[in-house]
Amino acid sequence: MLAFKDFRSRKLAKRCIEAIEKLSAGESYTFMHVCGTHEQTITRHGLRSLLPENIRLIAGPGCPVCVTPASDVDAAVALAGDGKVVLTYGDALRVPGSELSLAQVKARGGDVRVVYSIREAIKLAKAEPEKEFVFFSIGLDTTAPSIAAEVARGLPANLSILNALRLTVPVMELLLGMGDLHFEGYLAPGHVSAIIGARAYEVIPRAYGMPVVISGFEPLDVLLSIAMLIKQVKEGEARVENEYTRAVSYEGNVIAQELVSRVFEVSTVHWRGIGRVPFSGLKLREEYAEWDARLKYDLREDRGIDIRPGCSCHLVITGKLSPQECRMFRSACTPAKPYGPCMVSQEGTCNVAYRYSQEV
Amino acid sequence: MCLAIPGVVKEIRGNIAVVDYGGVVKEADISLLSDVRVGDYVIVHVGYAITKLTESEAKESIATWKEALERLAGF
Ligand code: SF4
Repeated sequence: MLAFKDFRSRKLAKRCIEAIEKLSAGESYTFMHVCGTHEQTITRHGLRSLLPENIRLIAGPGCPVCVTPASDVDAAVALAGDGKVVLTYGDALRVPGSELSLAQVKARGGDVRVVYSIREAIKLAKAEPEKEFVFFSIGLDTTAPSIAAEVARGLPANLSILNALRLTVPVMELLLGMGDLHFEGYLAPGHVSAIIGARAYEVIPRAYGMPVVISGFEPLDVLLSIAMLIKQVKEGEARVENEYTRAVSYEGNVIAQELVSRVFEVSTVHWRGIGRVPFSGLKLREEYAEWDARLKYDLREDRGIDIRPGCSCHLVITGKLSPQECRMFRSACTPAKPYGPCMVSQEGTCNVAYRYSQEV
Repeated sequence: MCLAIPGVVKEIRGNIAVVDYGGVVKEADISLLSDVRVGDYVIVHVGYAITKLTESEAKESIATWKEALERLAGF
């Protein structure tokens, strides 16, 4: 087996924290990550409390379920209510729409099923050709290639895609343009980067002067990446560095990139809690329109209710508020009974904070 | 859903690989990668292998990690 436990070595972690203390002495630094899996590593291993006080880590929009607009959930709910079989990943089941979640429509008799991958969706659709299946496709750059691969091969005629795929780099750019967020560097998500490559982030240091370090998911990966970011800031540099070289290359996964651009075109889409983000979504190209559920069922873009009164998800998603600062946290909003989208997915910042906060 | 964990390829049939995640065995589609062989370590996301890492690379990266730390902070 691989020596992954080495990445958790306490001795090495301690050395790394000492290195961070030494490098950062006398200054304060805030870094943002944009990945639910990074948030899990950071929270599960208590990195925020292990790090010196002058280092702050904030979570940005890294959870695909959290940023999927209520209007998309509403469309899936409507299709399930209309006798279609709606298939989706487990994480998406309980994300609230404007009124109902898919779990609620299922409890009322709708045919909503959880699948692990689009391959499973294809199998199910083939097994029951008399039924209409819709795959509610949520995800980021990491998930898009799997959908693209199957669409390029051709889907069964009774399966279509309700697409909610989103791209990471454009939203990272948008956050920098907002002007009310102050941080010194981005920790870039390792598995998104495995697809898009280190190259894809170059616009961030170039246009915004913001350092980027691509990080793996072990605590040591994150700690080393933080040290790398501090070093860049101290030296007045801004470039893309890759800490996660064991999985990420400069070019990324070129086969996956080609498939994604063959099947999808980039479009401007709405992110829950953030708003419209230019060129941050993927839309099926015209050649594949027969599998686009929005066209097939003539779904209209309705404005949904993204953030309900009292939920601060929009502030949590953009790193402006920690979950504990939301009044609903733990009281009216828990993973068992999520009030807002950030509490639903295992990657949602509020969900992660809830599950690990006692252990920290 | 974005959790993507490394596993080792045990068997390959066309574009499907049997991947072992430390005892849990599952099938993964490997058509997003070229040249996957039995014994390779792959990272699988929603049923598709998205990148390959070799055992030597992973082991080396521990040494690389120590080196990097020394370079960064003189530790
Ligand atoms: S704790 Fe619940 S209500 Fe508060 S911000 Fe998070 S998801 Fe929204």
